[in-house]
Amino acid sequence: MILSLGGGILIGCAANLIEWAFGDPAGISGITSSVLGQRRQSWHSFFILGLVATGVVLALFFPDLVVATADRSLIAMAAAGLLVGVGVRLGSGCTSGHGVCGISRRRPRSFVATTTFIAVGMCTVTLIRTLHSGGGV
Amino acid sequence: MSAFIALISGCIFAAGLAVSGMTDGNNIVAFLDITGDWDPNLAWVMVGAIGVHGAMIPLFKRRATPRFREVYPTSRSGGVDARLLAGAVVFGAGWGIGGICPGPSLVMLPSGSAPIVVFTVSMLAAIWSYDRWVAPRVAPEPQRPA
Repeated sequence: MILSLGGGILIGCAANLIEWAFGDPAGISGITSSVLGQRRQSWHSFFILGLVATGVVLALFFPDLVVATADRSLIAMAAAGLLVGVGVRLGSGCTSGHGVCGISRRRPRSFVATTTFIAVGMCTVTLIRTLHSGGGV
Repeated sequence: MSAFIALISGCIFAAGLAVSGMTDGNNIVAFLDITGDWDPNLAWVMVGAIGVHGAMIPLFKRRATPRFREVYPTSRSGGVDARLLAGAVVFGAGWGIGGICPGPSLVMLPSGSAPIVVFTVSMLAAIWSYDRWVAPRVAPEPQRPA
């Protein structure tokens, strides 16, 4: 609990820095989309670089913190990536954009999106466990 | 200077994801497994992030302009519509299957683990393809000031 709360506070501080400097929400799917589509502002690439560079440090020194979900086949992971990619563009945001930044801005649509994707995620996990109890996907 | 702030923000964000346990797919699945062996711990991530960010937003919005911008960016967000709901449903399904959302995926990618690389490459390809082929065909969201 303390670690989750502390990590959340770090995420909130990062979102504060981005809002202070650029006035934008730190929504990662939107920033990723703009970097991929060459529509970026200069800060977008540096923000993504910070995420990936920290990932390199984690991989080298704290590999135990980065763990793939157990019992998921590569085909399931490819399908999951496809759904996440399409879903965040269609819904204009992900856990960071709607869940953290949108709710912090008290935007009704972000409350609706966040409750919806958490609820659907819960149904999906329940369904997977029910269909494949012990077997994985 | 603005590049440095953006870089540091990305590092702090990623550190927060790692410290809170968001870079472990099993934690995500355990948080979503409300009908099974539910672990509500990750709710604290949102409490911390929204507490810190939500408290500061009104202060930031009182300024004339952000530090490195001439004007406040306009928000593209509209109301609640079918597109928002459909996107959240599709994203939620993928999140439940893979246990990874976009922020953690980029932080986890350098681990080189096959399931993570497959997920992230597939997600990036989907984002790029959607923006290139689907987005121009669907109506743009209404523009309104932030």
